[in-house]
Amino acid sequence: MKLEYTDDQRAFRAEVRAWMDANVPDGPLPSFDLTREGFEAHRAWERKLNEGRWGMVTWPEELGGRGLDLIRWLIFEEEYYRANAPTRVNQNGIFLLGPTMMEFGTEEQKRRFLPSMAAGDIVWAQAWSEPGAGSDLAGIRSTATRDGDDYVLNGQKIWSSRATFADWAFGLFRAPGSERHKGMSLILFPLDAPGVTVRPIERMDGEKVFAEIFLDNVRVPAADRLGEEGQGWHVCMATAGFERGLLLRSPARYQEAVRKLIALYQAHRDILPASIGERVAKVWMNSEAYALTIYAMASRLAAGGTIGPEASTNKIFWSELDIDLARTALDILGDRAELSPQARDSGDVGDWLGYHIFALGGPIYAGSNEIQRNIIAERMLGLPR
Amino acid sequence: MQFAFTEDQLAITQAAREMLVETCQPADLRRMLAAQAARDAARWQTIVDMGLLGLLAPDEAAGMGLAPVDLVGIAEAAGYVGLPEPLVETAGIGVPLLAALGDASRLAAAIAGESVAIGYPGRRFVADADTAGTLLLADGDALHLVDAKDVGLTRQESIDPFRRLFRVDWTPTEATRQTIGWGDTADRGAVMTAAQLIGIGQRAIDLAVAYAKERNQFGKPIGSYQAIKHLIATAQVAVEFARPVVYAAAAELPLDSVASRARISHAKIVAGEAADLATRTAVQVHGAMGITWEIDVHFFLKRALALRADWGTTAFHTARVLERIMTLPTGPDLTFSSDVARAA
Repeated sequence: MKLEYTDDQRAFRAEVRAWMDANVPDGPLPSFDLTREGFEAHRAWERKLNEGRWGMVTWPEELGGRGLDLIRWLIFEEEYYRANAPTRVNQNGIFLLGPTMMEFGTEEQKRRFLPSMAAGDIVWAQAWSEPGAGSDLAGIRSTATRDGDDYVLNGQKIWSSRATFADWAFGLFRAPGSERHKGMSLILFPLDAPGVTVRPIERMDGEKVFAEIFLDNVRVPAADRLGEEGQGWHVCMATAGFERGLLLRSPARYQEAVRKLIALYQAHRDILPASIGERVAKVWMNSEAYALTIYAMASRLAAGGTIGPEASTNKIFWSELDIDLARTALDILGDRAELSPQARDSGDVGDWLGYHIFALGGPIYAGSNEIQRNIIAERMLGLPR
Repeated sequence: MQFAFTEDQLAITQAAREMLVETCQPADLRRMLAAQAARDAARWQTIVDMGLLGLLAPDEAAGMGLAPVDLVGIAEAAGYVGLPEPLVETAGIGVPLLAALGDASRLAAAIAGESVAIGYPGRRFVADADTAGTLLLADGDALHLVDAKDVGLTRQESIDPFRRLFRVDWTPTEATRQTIGWGDTADRGAVMTAAQLIGIGQRAIDLAVAYAKERNQFGKPIGSYQAIKHLIATAQVAVEFARPVVYAAAAELPLDSVASRARISHAKIVAGEAADLATRTAVQVHGAMGITWEIDVHFFLKRALALRADWGTTAFHTARVLERIMTLPTGPDLTFSSDVARAA
């Protein structure tokens, strides 16, 4: 056990930091979930990242990456969040579809989709959930009907993050007449294809963070299926593992938010009770525990190990820690917590309210925490179904 | 950067763990209680023969010259089995202190099985003082080395039947007073206790899982109901995210900095909380059986209750965490204590 970075790892951190210092835009970009302009500003940032070859550092060089290991990935993420760089508009692509394609995609699919993903040229949305199939994902009804070298897609998808402005989606469909976990396929389709209608859904704060997708006889080539026909469930579960594991929510995100929380507490601590300090300490401990756990997982993966159902413990831990973090900030702000940043006397309230509203979704998306607890109980601990 | 145990560390831990699990089943604990035995002589001899008491002693003292991180998995296993014998306190705290004192004969005796009892400053009672050969006691903050024959002991009954706590009456003299202080004893105590606590937490979960699989209600095992699954899963999450903190705390202990000490406090707090949650969950999952003497959960619940306040209360350790986050920089690049020292 050696809890120190090597000289090479330190040099890598310095390299990332220097690039971020020189390139991260001053101040936040406009939201990617409100306007096309905000979305395109984020796409422009993705292109800039890719020009510096920072789009997805763990991918092989020929696919637009740097071929780096997971420890360097964590260092990259730490510097990314430390620099307050923009949220990755293509996170569904680079963190979910990308690794899935690396595992299940054909060489042709990898060459076609991964470099354009790393560059932000194609921004991806996930099209899995349906109005009647959320936690029970195997209950989806949307169909892919084989017609020669094509599929014809029909049905309705919902809760697709970024789909309002995204370019393509990766969707879960089933062969007509198939049931439950059998007969599913993961199929890629452009969101501007004939027969696709996207209807934004407003979150409680008005941001169009997700959308419904209606598919009416949408024709796509069979070559755009990811993985074997009928193996969609298997492919999706691998993706879900990435989602809950160490890619989607790297610890740096929370550690940087906690750093800001501590600064907020320090600015107000003279008028706050000691109990608030204890909550700040608790949130710091949890963000650090998450980081240490992820470093241990990365070390295990580097030694040839795998991540199984314990990825579900990650999902529960980061989503709950995020809500504690936001609530502690709001309690520090006291009666100003309800103020929008636009309020004239909002002072240093910042965007903790927005942070809180987003955090409330954490225990729901990427598989609700109730489903995660089922997975831990059944697959980690062996309790009966 | 490598946050994983080495092959050697895993091998030593595995061997010790197998021995402890094999020899220290709840039935063995009950047998010892019936016989009013303070320790299982055969198991203690095995602990000595395996060299576990000397792991942290220097090579020249017939030890292994290892570090706290090498012992942390064994301490976890001791918690997992509810070990009555003072393996962790002797090997993890007493032996390193005797080595620092340079007392070769007492060190050799300790490694050979004459356990060491620790009366750290502020500790009202001393555990396992009756079976110790050497007592390391506090007069104010000063460290004194006292022979077992020079103390008077008054037993203080603990809820944990295997905690043998004593008030120690003794007279500090110039002869007992040591020239060196307690050093990092408190931190070693906290880390080793935290390690036992995560072992206790995992054991409580394992007991709950086993019972939930076999107990039927409404025609099905209770473990098939989500209400039960979610209780146990929540406890498992607490243990999963305490374990790496304890390992990191042990690995960073030698740094002896504000950041490394805060990590130790962090470990002690979350390991205590995880053990508390897991043992209470195990009681709940067992239903009315959970609060009986017949079911084994109480051995672990009682040990968790005793160890939570040992080697620093949650209030003490929270204050150390607050000191670290208020006086030193925090952030995503400062997870590891060596980097905090560099940044400060």
